[in-house]
This record gives sequence, C-alpha cells and structure tokens, in this order.
Amino acid sequence: MAGESTFVYLPYLMGGVVTTLQITALAMLLALPVSFLLALGRMSSFAPARWGAGFVIELFRGTSAVVQLFWAFYVLPFFGVELSPLAAGVLVLGLNEGSYFSEVVRASLKSIVAGQREAAVALHLPRFYTFRRIVLPQALPIMVPPFGNAAVLMLKFTALTSLVTIQELSFRAGLLRSNLGVSSDIYGVVLAIYFALAVGMASLVWLAERAVNRWAGREVIPWRELTSRRASPAPKWAFRR
Amino acid sequence: MRGALWDWAYAWSVMPDLMRGFALTVQLTLISAALALSLGFVWSVVRLAGVPLLSPLAWFAAEFFRGTPFLIQLYVVFYVLPNYGIAFSPDATGVLVLGVYGAARSVELYRAGLESLPQGQWEACLALNLPLSYVWRRAVIPQVAPVVLPMLGNLVIVMFKDSAVLSTITVLELVSRARDAGLASFRFLEPLTLAGLLYWAVSYAAARGVRRLEARGGHR
Repeated sequence: MAGESTFVYLPYLMGGVVTTLQITALAMLLALPVSFLLALGRMSSFAPARWGAGFVIELFRGTSAVVQLFWAFYVLPFFGVELSPLAAGVLVLGLNEGSYFSEVVRASLKSIVAGQREAAVALHLPRFYTFRRIVLPQALPIMVPPFGNAAVLMLKFTALTSLVTIQELSFRAGLLRSNLGVSSDIYGVVLAIYFALAVGMASLVWLAERAVNRWAGREVIPWRELTSRRASPAPKWAFRR
Repeated sequence: MRGALWDWAYAWSVMPDLMRGFALTVQLTLISAALALSLGFVWSVVRLAGVPLLSPLAWFAAEFFRGTPFLIQLYVVFYVLPNYGIAFSPDATGVLVLGVYGAARSVELYRAGLESLPQGQWEACLALNLPLSYVWRRAVIPQVAPVVLPMLGNLVIVMFKDSAVLSTITVLELVSRARDAGLASFRFLEPLTLAGLLYWAVSYAAARGVRRLEARGGHR
C-alpha cells in the first residue's frame, strides 16, 4: 500500500516538485525569446534567416523529444560540449517548446491586418518602430492564452527530464522505489501531484489572462464561458436514438 | 573509429538493430492509433451526449489523462497496477497507455470539430424535421470530417513521436535500440542521430500528407 512510507518521504518528493517547477519556469523563459526569434526568422525577407529558422523548427518538431534529450545528454559531450543535466534539459525543453510556439507567434503577428502595415509605410514610420509600437501591442494579447496552455504543457513535459538524471518529481519517485524499496504505488501519488499542479497552473493562467485583458481594456472572459467548454457543442437531441 | 567524427562503418553496423526497433515503433504506433481513434470516438460521444453523470465523468477522465504526464501514466500501469493483480507485457502496456492517452486527446478534437459547425444548422435540421440519422450522415459528418480528419492525422504524428517514451518501460523500440547500441560501444552520435532522422523522415512525410488532406477538405 502507498501508506506510511509515502508520507515519510513526502518532503523529499516536494523537493522534487520545486525542481519540476523551476525547470518549467526556466524552460518557458527560454522558449519565449526562441519562439520570437524563430517566428521573425521565418517571416524575414533575408532567405538564409528563413532557412535557418525553418531548419531549427523542423529539427525540434520533426524528431522525438526523448531523442533530443538523449542527444543533448549523450552526444553533446562527445563534441566537447559538457552541459550539466539541468542545462541540457532546460535547453532541449525550451528549444522544443519554442519551435512549437513560434507558429503561434507567427500567426499572431500575421493576424495584424495588412492595412495597418501599409498605413505605417505610407506614414513613413521606421520598420522597427512599426513593429514595436503598432504590431506588437496588438499581437501580444492574442498570444497570452496559448502561452498559458504551453506553460501547462511544459509542466507535463518536464517529467521526461528524469530520463537524463535531473532530480525532479518523477526522478525522485523512481529513486525511492529502486533504492529505498518504497512501494511502486508511489507513482500513483506522483500522478495525483502532477494533476494538482496542472490544475493549479491552469487556474493561475486563467487569472493572468483576466488580468491582462482587464489591463488592456479588452473584454474579460466571464466564468460561464470557461465552464461552457464542458458543455457539448451539439444539442442533446442529436444523440438520441 | 578514433578521430573520425562520424563513423560510417559503425553507423552501418547499428542499422539492422535500429530498423528492428523502427519496425516495432511503427507497429506500436499504428495499433495505439487504431485504439485511440476508435476509443476516442466512443469516448467523445459519451462526453458530448449530455447524459447525466456519465458525460461529466467522461469529461473529467479526458481532462485527467490530458493533464498528467504520459511518462507517469505509463509508470502507473507498468509498476503500480501489477501490485493489484493487473499486469501486462511491456509492449501491451505501451500500446494500452499510448492508445488511451491519444483517445483522451482526440476527445477535445472531436469537440472542436463539432464546434466548427454553425449552431443554427442544428435548429434548421430540427425545423425541417429531418430524421436524426440523416442529419448526422448528410449534414454533420460531411462538414465536420474535413475539419477533424487533419487534426486526427496530426494527433497520430504526435503519438508516433511520443512512442519514444515507451523506451522507459523496456519496450525495444527505436530509442531503446539506439540507446543500447550507444551504451554497448560508448558511441551515441551515430545511433541517436540515425534514430532522430528516422523519426523526422516519417513525421515529415506524414505531415505533408495531412497538409494535402487539409487542402482537399478546404475545397470541397
């Protein structure tokens, strides 16, 4: 049973939770600038920049994250690049998520209608000024909800870093099981902890979204709309025989 | 071997093992995908039908599977369930968990597909008193399928890449084979790079196929 032994080791597991949250935060901090660089690279008029960004995105989206982690952990030292497991894990997670998120950034930037860019050109505004003062302030609020989703995804993603010996939640549970003979039931506890973390984080994201929208003077999503995701988009009678 | 950055002879020697792992990866992915899409369909119907108790339960189960790491789900089925007399082989565990995880993710896709249908159409069908089977067959599915099929295709590609996690429960798929080859010779560059290339080649080709499916759906 998961009984007493689990509770004795709970502080040790909680230390793993702290590491899990740290990796999540660090990897997201990396993913954000990476996604912008890749999105701008893909949209650049300079062909090598487009190819470079396309290559990185293809590299991280086309291969498995596990392969990328093992590559950073086992192969990079072969080239003389000695990264700590934590650095390797954060690097891979950040670049991987950044590659996926760059599509969101690109779509948000593109969603700013062409007329506004043309107006800026007509007014002879400098290109960087147009980007900083006209495109970005409108595109950023669009990116906030998907960024929140990406953060919750990242939380789940960090479990994989246990494979490269980072002592986060999953790794510590494995250590307790294999070295201290704690019942493997501990993974049930770990699963519950991850779910609680994900729910907590999703709630925080939701609050942050509300705050950003209120600050930007945009419509605040009412609670009802959030719970409406639980409702079916088809009427009840559609499923009656 | 020493000195050379990329050793072709060594790369060639690990290929048979890698291909065996690759074959298993493809096999496990296809079986899990079949399980995910069929179970996901039933799961979505239960989730969307508005049955008291059952539909909220299906909603919660889908959220739970989507909200927890695949790796830990795998560990729970592989390490915890045997304590309670439920044990599967590593391969079966992998297919089962990958399939259920994929099914849970597909539930959200089916919902999004149905949401793309203008809600007035339901009312129109009701007003015209069309038979229910006719509504689904001739109005709903022809409009929802072009939206949902590419999303399901992308899901299968994601599942293909996620199947690498099965290497953690001793399934001898592509990544385990690559890692074992590396551990045996202390050269990881060739096997891991080749494994990455195999993943890339398949997901690139599959993604192109999905994009064509998407483009076709848009025109009809």
